[in-house]
Amino acid sequence: MAIDKDPVLRVVTTFLVPLILLFALYVQFHGEYGPGGGFQAGVIFGSGFVLYALVYGVDHAERIVPALLLRLLAASGVLLYAGVGVATLLLGGNFLDYDVLAANPVTGQHIGIILIELGVLLTVASVVIMIFFAFVGGHS
Amino acid sequence: MISWVIEAVLLGFLVAIAIAVIRLGNLFAAAMLFGIYSLVSASLFLSMDAADVAFTEAAVGAGVSTVLILATLAKTGFALRPPRPGAAGRLLLVVVTGLVLVWGTLDLPRFGDPEAPARQHVAPRYIETSPEEIGIPNMVTSVLASYRGYDTLGEVTVIFIAGLGLVLLLNRRDRDGDR
Repeated sequence: MAIDKDPVLRVVTTFLVPLILLFALYVQFHGEYGPGGGFQAGVIFGSGFVLYALVYGVDHAERIVPALLLRLLAASGVLLYAGVGVATLLLGGNFLDYDVLAANPVTGQHIGIILIELGVLLTVASVVIMIFFAFVGGHS
Repeated sequence: MISWVIEAVLLGFLVAIAIAVIRLGNLFAAAMLFGIYSLVSASLFLSMDAADVAFTEAAVGAGVSTVLILATLAKTGFALRPPRPGAAGRLLLVVVTGLVLVWGTLDLPRFGDPEAPARQHVAPRYIETSPEEIGIPNMVTSVLASYRGYDTLGEVTVIFIAGLGLVLLLNRRDRDGDR
């Protein structure tokens, strides 16, 4: 896909993409208080990137996040999630029982939820971008 | 009363969009209408106070799915093939399946029924103890991330494997050069 020549599209995208990525992070870190969480934030982050790739070209976007980096990020999200489970096992609790992550069980729950939501964000965002690249990359 | 009117209007929109998608000959326009369909569904979920579900539907259904359908169409082409004969039989099959599904919903508890089995099992315990046990205001997040942490780990693994499988399949076809 070539770079879109339409100046209106380019200006609006340049303005919108940082806002979309910022909103994704807001959804991520506000998920404990309002609707949303790692899954929604990952999808919004991924779609912000897809919008960028649609207007500025997939080649340009692939230079920012290479395919190898995307695969590593997608895998590291699952590993982080499962790793929290293993950490709770090593600390003497059940698998994914966040109570043991801190001296205070409620603090432990907070730490556990923030970590696993981060894992969900990493995997979902990179898989969304990965699937988009797989569909549109490698031709034209 | 007002929420009943809003839901009726939204459901009417859904039916109208579904009919428009079937009657349209243009796949590009149909993909766009599917995005609007998801957005209306999200509004419907919001009117049922399911903010998290509405959020997901708007982000996944209206956002990413539309882009992926368009990307697929860019590979397969936007032209619609003429329908094969035998439409009457297929229509009958669809109508019978639809009626069976509607018949199946007759057994479901009414929307918001406090006596429903889903609200008698573990839900009261989550509602009563999650403020002390988890201590975060959004109970949906407590259930998804902590009480049901195993399920969410499974979901993330499924998303990862699905993405990986798709990338491997599409990349192999591109390498062999027979799309």
